[in-house]
Amino acid sequence: MAEAITRETWPAALYDLLRQNGVTQFCYVPDAGHKVLIDRSLADTDVHSVPLTTEEEGVAMLAGADLGGQRAVLLMQSSGVGNTINMLSLTAGCHFPMLTLVSMRGEFGEGNPWQFPMGQAVEPTLKAMGVIVLRAEQPEDVIPCVTAAITMAYQSCQQVAVLLTQRLIGAKKF
Amino acid sequence: MAKLNKLQTATLPDAVLDRRQAVPALIENPNDFLMVAGLAGTAWEMSALTHESPNLFGLGGAMGAAPMIGLGLALAQPKRRVLVATGDGELLMNVGALATIALQNPPNLTIICVDNGHYGETGNQESHTGLGVRLDVIASGCGFPVVHVVNTTADMEEGRRLVREGGGLTFILLRVKEGPATHDGKKNLVPHIERDRFRAALLG
Repeated sequence: MAEAITRETWPAALYDLLRQNGVTQFCYVPDAGHKVLIDRSLADTDVHSVPLTTEEEGVAMLAGADLGGQRAVLLMQSSGVGNTINMLSLTAGCHFPMLTLVSMRGEFGEGNPWQFPMGQAVEPTLKAMGVIVLRAEQPEDVIPCVTAAITMAYQSCQQVAVLLTQRLIGAKKF
Repeated sequence: MAKLNKLQTATLPDAVLDRRQAVPALIENPNDFLMVAGLAGTAWEMSALTHESPNLFGLGGAMGAAPMIGLGLALAQPKRRVLVATGDGELLMNVGALATIALQNPPNLTIICVDNGHYGETGNQESHTGLGVRLDVIASGCGFPVVHVVNTTADMEEGRRLVREGGGLTFILLRVKEGPATHDGKKNLVPHIERDRFRAALLG
């Protein structure tokens, strides 16, 4: 039986889950909440690890990966969601599968007031663009949420965001 | 009518080529490629050039998407040559994508910017390139190993060779006059049909 997922082990288990499900393109704007995934993708010679200058690049790249028969995932912080909005027209209109993992700021226990406007707008703006939003609040939520999202995205051609909430990843200390 | 000033650094000669001849002259054999075309002019002319072939994914919106769709496709299909054709306005909207693409350096990707210096679909306002911004210099600065500018027919043969032979990640700036793109009026740009026909042709 697999060991219980903890606050320390979920990021590595998440990377393994994505790889087991055939994800070979990892694109991201760096964020502390995605550090393990980014480092693992950089060390993995079987995947493309693609740093972006802005998150909307990643939405378009996911589309290109799908056209070529590969699976991609977009890793971003909540503030980056705001940069993707019009580009989600591409994904919604073409029924491109989209899996994005969003590390949240501007919510549970946030100490930086600049993070709140976009952090609080993540769910309503994504939903307004037709993206399905799942929330992982505890370490044991991560694998079931992303497993569900993988099926919804790559099998059912839905656009799915899994929010790695601030309760899960911890509020940044200043 | 008030106009924006050209940059004092603007040194390229005025464009002389007509895109209706120049684009087909540069891309001799479109069937050799998987292709992505940016919205408006390039999507229409690439559709006409390929007779609506399913090896073309043409955009009717999502401005700024074409180069990064090309990157995802080029990484997914390393044995195929990928050609992105897009306009100056579309490229400028996500110009950081050139930096992202250069870092990946996919050798099977060529980006052609059909640069008319204007936003042709929205009232023909001058674009940044029309006022002197140099996308070829930006591409070089980002690290594109091959960059070529086609100003006149004299530059065309080298452009054709680069497109044909593909010596690594390539950026070609095709400078054209203002004026309409070839538009045969038949292209179906229903988004999900674009996706389905492209994938069916490539992936079965």
